Amino acid sequence: MTLLSLRDLSVTLRDRPVFSGVTLDIEPGELVGLIGPNGAGKTTLMRAALGLLPHEGQSCLAELDPGARARAVAWMPQMREIAWPVTVEALVTLGRTPHRARALSQADRAAVTRALDWMDLSDMRNRTATRLSGGEQARVLIARALAQDTPLLLADEPVSGLDPAHQIATMRTFGQVARSGRAVLVSLHDLGLAARHCSRLILLGQGRVVADGPPGQVLTPELVAQVFGITAFSAATEHGHVFQPLEVLE
Amino acid sequence: MTRLFVGLSVGVAALFVLSLLVGPASIAPVDSLAGLFGGGEGPVAMVMREIRLPRAILAAMIGASLGLAGAAMQGYLRNPLAEPGLIGVSGSAALGAVLAIQTGLSAAFALALPLMALAGALGGVLLVLALAGPRGGALVLILAGIAISAMAGALTQLVLNLSQNPFAVNEIVFWMMGSLADRSMTHLWLALPFTLLGWVLLASLGRGLDALTLGEDAAQAMGIDLPRLRLVLILGTACVVGAGTAVAGAIGFVGLVVPHLLRPLVGAQPSRLLPASALGGAAMLLAADLAVRVILPERDLKLGVLTALVGAPLFLHLIYKTRKEMV
Repeated sequence: MTLLSLRDLSVTLRDRPVFSGVTLDIEPGELVGLIGPNGAGKTTLMRAALGLLPHEGQSCLAELDPGARARAVAWMPQMREIAWPVTVEALVTLGRTPHRARALSQADRAAVTRALDWMDLSDMRNRTATRLSGGEQARVLIARALAQDTPLLLADEPVSGLDPAHQIATMRTFGQVARSGRAVLVSLHDLGLAARHCSRLILLGQGRVVADGPPGQVLTPELVAQVFGITAFSAATEHGHVFQPLEVLE
Repeated sequence: MTRLFVGLSVGVAALFVLSLLVGPASIAPVDSLAGLFGGGEGPVAMVMREIRLPRAILAAMIGASLGLAGAAMQGYLRNPLAEPGLIGVSGSAALGAVLAIQTGLSAAFALALPLMALAGALGGVLLVLALAGPRGGALVLILAGIAISAMAGALTQLVLNLSQNPFAVNEIVFWMMGSLADRSMTHLWLALPFTLLGWVLLASLGRGLDALTLGEDAAQAMGIDLPRLRLVLILGTACVVGAGTAVAGAIGFVGLVVPHLLRPLVGAQPSRLLPASALGGAAMLLAADLAVRVILPERDLKLGVLTALVGAPLFLHLIYKTRKEMV
């Protein structure tokens, strides 16, 4: 069963084409990294796929009614907004909004507890979310999206601002979520993390999808030079695929 | 949490009873209650049923409206400085009332004033809906509200400016200070249907306001229909604020201060703040209306003046506390 299916998706904002002709499918089990330089349209692509932006072409998610969509996909925006000083647990419980009746069910509580455990937040559940550090808040918001417990998770730069241990732990959590028969699409700027943890990368640049495939096929010297304008060390090692940007091309 | 709601309910009930027992006609508490429930036809029963009962009910009802609308508005805008008057409905309702006084309609026909105020509120809400459009965000709503408030305020000033009738000017100025003195059961029956409708609309917003804690994008992706939420918020606020202003005039600070005060006690969750703030608003306005009768019984101290006098320092205290927390 395909969890995300885009057909010829195009977005034009204020008469400026952001990207056009994006066609892709995401299947259960995949952890897909969406990469590309600043302004390539990563956020726009995800928001259009969700139906939050006017677009041309088709997205299977945008066609669902809002309630059904909220049970099919969870969305973690790049803007980390926590408006009120609520507890971590209350914030993560918001992820249950599309599922819950008035009172929380056993399944709701279980999903919240699991999400808190995944993001290493169980000890913080009673702390006030707005008083946490930026990285801790990011983890709380990832936990909120995980608590929504949907077949597909879309996260916009979820690991930026996290310390290395929590970056790795978060990517591993996404991997676990994918292996449990779901799928995750994350936009990333850290190509090293993308190379190491994602099962597939989608490279967005110059208004289209430049490459789509396993990390080794996408992060080639030619493509990296063409889209990002950098040189890099990229190799399959005994520790998995290692990618390290080196220099800016003149 | 339950303790807070029980405490607030007990407070509202106690203040309500107290409100029935205090007034310029000194009636012993036992006689008051006998007059109220005893079905007699004497002057005591008259005072209780026609003066004190509507006054107490209106204070509780309008206070609850202001608290509820304030909590909803702050939740939607995710800003603790928002208040129900922000969408311009109280200003346009006041303009309607002022026109009723100036033209002499209110002198000719007692209900002309609240009816004109309701018409003003309706005009205001139609204008805010037209200006803010069906899909505009929070910022457009604030701007539209400010524009309408400013326009209604300017027109009110213009009426005062050009008025050649000093009595009307006097009456307008005092009416605008807000009061619950000498309101009858008829006022209550006029305001009640709008108020109840507004309560139902605003009370339905809890889930959406909670989700908005995460921002508009995340809330929408969780299945919240934001244009609909905004429409319900505007209509609900217009109903309760329009009805409240029509019978009591402009009463400030309740909708601003009460949600702010109670937020820490409900874990800052917008859905829980709605009922707490409604109870808190009822308690605050009942207390304020008691105070105007007790402090200066001879001088007709206006309710809106008192709520602002009490509300402003309370707000300063909150600012002081917030500043300390930010360091």
